[in-house]
Amino acid sequence: MIRFLFKGLLRDRQRSLLPAIVVAAGVMLTVFLVCYLTGIMGDFADFSAKFSSGHVKIMTREYAENLSQRPIDLALVNVSELMDKVKQDYPDMEWVLRTQFGGLLDAPDQNGETRSQGPTVAIAIDMITPGSREPERLNLENILVAGNIPDNPGEILISDEFATNLEIAPGDHVTLMGSTMYGSMSFYNFTVAGTIRFGVSVMDRGAIIVDISDAQAALDMEDASGEILGYLPGGHYDGEEAGVVCASFNNKYSDPGDEFSPIMLKLTEQDEFLGGYLELVDSAAFIVVFIFVLAMSIVLWNTGLIGGLRRYGEVGVRLAIGEAKGHIYKSMIYESALIGLIGSAFGTILGLLFAYWLQEKGIDIGSMMKGATMMMPGKFHAKLVPQAYYIGFIPGLFSSTLGTMLSGIGIYKRKTAQLFKELET
Amino acid sequence: MTDITTVKIPIMKKSIIIWLSGISLLTGIHQLHAQYPSGDEVMDRMDQNMSAKTRVLTSKMVIHGPRSSRTIESKTWAEGDQKSYSEYLSPPREAGTKMLKLENSLWIYSPSTDRTIQISGHMLRQSVMGSDLSYEDMMDDATYKDHYDAVVIDEETLRDVKCWIVELNANSEDVTYQIRKIWMDKKKYIPLKEELYAKSGKLLKKTELFDFKRVGNRWFPGRMIFKDMLKTGDGTEFLIESIEFDVDIPEHIFTKASLR
Repeated sequence: MIRFLFKGLLRDRQRSLLPAIVVAAGVMLTVFLVCYLTGIMGDFADFSAKFSSGHVKIMTREYAENLSQRPIDLALVNVSELMDKVKQDYPDMEWVLRTQFGGLLDAPDQNGETRSQGPTVAIAIDMITPGSREPERLNLENILVAGNIPDNPGEILISDEFATNLEIAPGDHVTLMGSTMYGSMSFYNFTVAGTIRFGVSVMDRGAIIVDISDAQAALDMEDASGEILGYLPGGHYDGEEAGVVCASFNNKYSDPGDEFSPIMLKLTEQDEFLGGYLELVDSAAFIVVFIFVLAMSIVLWNTGLIGGLRRYGEVGVRLAIGEAKGHIYKSMIYESALIGLIGSAFGTILGLLFAYWLQEKGIDIGSMMKGATMMMPGKFHAKLVPQAYYIGFIPGLFSSTLGTMLSGIGIYKRKTAQLFKELET
Repeated sequence: MTDITTVKIPIMKKSIIIWLSGISLLTGIHQLHAQYPSGDEVMDRMDQNMSAKTRVLTSKMVIHGPRSSRTIESKTWAEGDQKSYSEYLSPPREAGTKMLKLENSLWIYSPSTDRTIQISGHMLRQSVMGSDLSYEDMMDDATYKDHYDAVVIDEETLRDVKCWIVELNANSEDVTYQIRKIWMDKKKYIPLKEELYAKSGKLLKKTELFDFKRVGNRWFPGRMIFKDMLKTGDGTEFLIESIEFDVDIPEHIFTKASLR
């Protein structure tokens, strides 16, 4: 019977083509929207993870309480021992030391006195250890504007805009003034190895990247670090997996009675704003997709209804020649399901193709973010997610079938005695 | 017309009553405050006691951090309230660091980098050596009359000493602390406690002065405790080991050349 119906649909394109196109278009948009919204959310999470939060972060309990201030006086000590433990306990994950601190970057004149200076935020990462993935994680090669990536201690990268304001260039010497983790004054000379463009306004105004070993020397942080960041295997944030790691670590190593004992927080727990934002985007994405699916369902339902009404005469003839009402109703539902299935399959394929293209290429929003004070990725990508493979079938298959089912009820209201009269008119 | 007259009379009556009440209230306040000396008089007497043409002092700063306490020793040469030069003597990490303050400018010399850095802008609000004092606090020239209007608002007994409470209200917006309250020893005219407030009335910092010693014809504190109320911790203790007043200080001390 299905084969028979399929042939009928192919031969009568008026009956099948338009509904199938409508279904495919709606499904394609649904699939694309799901991938795009998931991608944006993932971009936010990955950007934050790479720059500052990791998928999980280990800090002292007191540091975590004041996380927004990055208080290095509350940094972790004996970090090499702690690193050994986490590497042993979670061997699939990658663990790195990070320290963020503020200070004053001062460029000297010929007499060694202040020529220009400005407040700076320094991110200390492992830049010079051979095999370190940190330069790649922060995309340093691609954001380099002038000079080169540091390969010796005492070298830093500085944001290009900040370098221009301070009138310094690669090869120049600068002094970083700040406070050690014990509160003493700290002065450290650096050589500018290169300038970079973060693409994030707040960082481009005055950020520098220093090697973690230099930060430890400058801030009197021997075997200490502000934070230890952990990255899940696969490189993408997974809230559930991160939560499991955090729970097991905190259960084993964290002591609520000791403010300097380590605590691990997952990405969304670290920053209320980011956590809230991701939750909001997640709910917004769900709401948008739900509304879209609902709207598509109504459109496709309508298509089914129109199809049913358009075939009013055909149904009359079929009834007149003795076909059972139930058989007609059933065959129309099968036809509709077939159209929905074909349209949904095409729509899903097209939606996935568009989403894949956007996943690879991305939309560059860097030019729109020039005045932004919030750390945001410069490019948005779509992301192919498992739900994208089936979500389109909800409006595509069920709505058009439901539409036909509703419009088909009319078949049972037709009276055989009046059929010829109706057909005459 | 009649209506207008009948309305006006009560308003005039009200005004007269308000005026009379106001005058009697003001007279009452005046009589109450008549027992208090004027704010300017109290501050002048404090300045006579605390200020000197020059000062040379050796001090220790005990900073109570979240993990441990540190003691920083320094020697300071000061002329009036515009010139000051400090050299840090210990611990080794700080030894050799020098600071020069000339009017509103501050320079720091770091021997480890052989650099002289001028501190300006928001950096002046940063903590000095992790203490509860900011560079701005250190540079505070304490000429209250230039920036504040002083009023004695109350009296209180503090640590068994009878004190005037002097309230200083800033007369310009460009001072860090808009309100200051000083508990002043009624007899010796020395401050025992000071509280520094923001414009909103929030208490920002507190200083307590102890162990007053007679140095020449002055009373000077031997120990001070500074507490930044926005920071956790037990505050910073400032101990004056030795102090000399009105000694000759060579002029070259207060030049940038002396930093290196």
